[in-house]
Amino acid sequence: MSTTTGRAAEAAEVPAGSPAAGAPAGAGGDRRSRRRPRLGVQNAAGWLFSTPFLALFTVFMAFPIVATLLMSFTDFGLRNVTNPLDAEFIGLENYTKLFGDERFLKSLFNTAYFVVVGVPLTIGIGLVVAVLLNNGIDRARTFFRVGFYAPVVTSIVAIAVVWRFVLDPSDGLIAGLASEVGLTSPDFLGSELLAMPSMIVMAVWRNLGTVMVLFIAGLQAIPTETREAARLDGAGPWQEFRRITVPLLRPTILYATVITTIGYLNVFEEPFVMTQGGPSDATLTVSLNMYREGFNFFHMGYASAMAYVLFVVIMAITVLQLRLLKDNTE
Amino acid sequence: MSAPTQAPAGHRTQAGPQPRRPKRRARRPLTYVLLSVGLLVMSAPFLWMGLSAFKTGSELTASPPVWIPTEWTLSNFRQLLDDLDLPLYFMNSVIVAVLVTVSNLVFCSMLGYALAKLKFVGQNKVFAIVLGALMVPGNLMLLPLFVLMSRLQLIDSYAGLVLPFAAGAFGVFLMRQFMQSIPDELLEAARMDGAGEWYIFWRIAMPLVKPALATLSIFTFLGSWNNFVWPLIATNNPDKYTLPVALATFATDPNKAGGSNGVLMAGSFLIVLPVLVVFIAMQRHFTQGIATAGMK
Repeated sequence: MSTTTGRAAEAAEVPAGSPAAGAPAGAGGDRRSRRRPRLGVQNAAGWLFSTPFLALFTVFMAFPIVATLLMSFTDFGLRNVTNPLDAEFIGLENYTKLFGDERFLKSLFNTAYFVVVGVPLTIGIGLVVAVLLNNGIDRARTFFRVGFYAPVVTSIVAIAVVWRFVLDPSDGLIAGLASEVGLTSPDFLGSELLAMPSMIVMAVWRNLGTVMVLFIAGLQAIPTETREAARLDGAGPWQEFRRITVPLLRPTILYATVITTIGYLNVFEEPFVMTQGGPSDATLTVSLNMYREGFNFFHMGYASAMAYVLFVVIMAITVLQLRLLKDNTE
Repeated sequence: MSAPTQAPAGHRTQAGPQPRRPKRRARRPLTYVLLSVGLLVMSAPFLWMGLSAFKTGSELTASPPVWIPTEWTLSNFRQLLDDLDLPLYFMNSVIVAVLVTVSNLVFCSMLGYALAKLKFVGQNKVFAIVLGALMVPGNLMLLPLFVLMSRLQLIDSYAGLVLPFAAGAFGVFLMRQFMQSIPDELLEAARMDGAGEWYIFWRIAMPLVKPALATLSIFTFLGSWNNFVWPLIATNNPDKYTLPVALATFATDPNKAGGSNGVLMAGSFLIVLPVLVVFIAMQRHFTQGIATAGMK
């Protein structure tokens, strides 16, 4: 504690001494002397205010992150839930096993499929809806906004149960619409080919409200003057969209892409409720695979290795996206 | 940043109607048509759920399909209440969501305020931790968290359901954004008058960010209400199931799943309806909050 306050006093010296810090405040000498002890108080207050978050973070986040890594090098099983320290260290065995595990590779592929198709669709449609909503429809804007956002606020489990019924080949909504025009509906969730695309459509439907709201906020931050100027220069709607909206929205697009990708990489509830990973593992995602290995079969060491592979993939993709999209700005 | 205040009066109504050229007006009907079609697609599953929940068994499986139930029945809901102890799961969900929301409101605001308005050693490192925590996928922690909670005897307890979510990084980030908009002069003036740091935070800063607190409440409450993976893992005893866990267990139970789609629609209806009502009632708060966050 004493060292922290000591350092605070040093820190206080710097702004007080530098002319730049004194000038904008326009403070006289007596104000400056009052400020110095104040920083010590702020230092203590800052740490006090940080404590609850940091304590919870340490116990329920930092510790589990490290523990997952450690567990992934062991044969952690059901008996180790009561005696965690008895788990046997087995080196990289879980990881080597993982990359020979066809089921895991399949789940990796399925997750990639979900992300690669789902993220661009979500971002693209979300952007279009946001632009339309920002297009001077003042009267009904709230109405539409609420409608498009509604799926986001509802329980994914309830949504998945509803969609399972919507896609039901005999009694579902799609089947009903198909029969009205004399067609028969395919068995979406029972088909290896269609199960994953169906799940992607559902994910886009559910998540496009999130990116829409982010984009609307971003659009409203674009100064009206900029748009006016572009229009005065004779820019059409498409040019305005391409040359003004998209470039100025780039930070928002970046953020939306990153959070959507992270969310989609973790996809779990949809296959859990709708297909249990089937048919023949066509919708088995990494998270669902990990859940099964860890909590149904209690191969917790093995499941930890899966969790870490997924984590590394997520980190790598996030860093890559930040790089790529940032570079494009210049 | 200061541009809006310096802009001429005519430009101040940014969100409001602008004087429009004929070209723009011509685009609007198309906008309405596109949005209406989109809205229909978006609401179709909800309508389907709502209608199906009130259909009789024969109308649920009728071919050609019956879109609007000819005789509205509550039998699906009665069956649901026979199969599931819904009031209990409802209470569990409410208790957990309220506890999570209250603790987030206090803890996230505290740190958000400290990061935005106080100067302390290590501040940047704490902020880096918050940003890092935002990026970490929740699924990474599940396995050791389950072991930890088992050792702490917190499986099948409210504490076990609440603690891992008691202070979310998203909340800290959100509150920091909002706290930044509080003028420093105001806080400095309070300091001059000899107010303590806690007093300044609780009595001056917090009332100024009420819209943000409303936004955070909605986000956190809904997040907890809809949370599934952790409650699924942290409860073995059905007495502690939350609504989503109860519904998912019911919907995927091989012995019962053959049961009626109508019952499942009734269950989904009961989970979704309160959320939709609250969301629609509070959406003004909500969108205002989002817009403010986006402008920062």
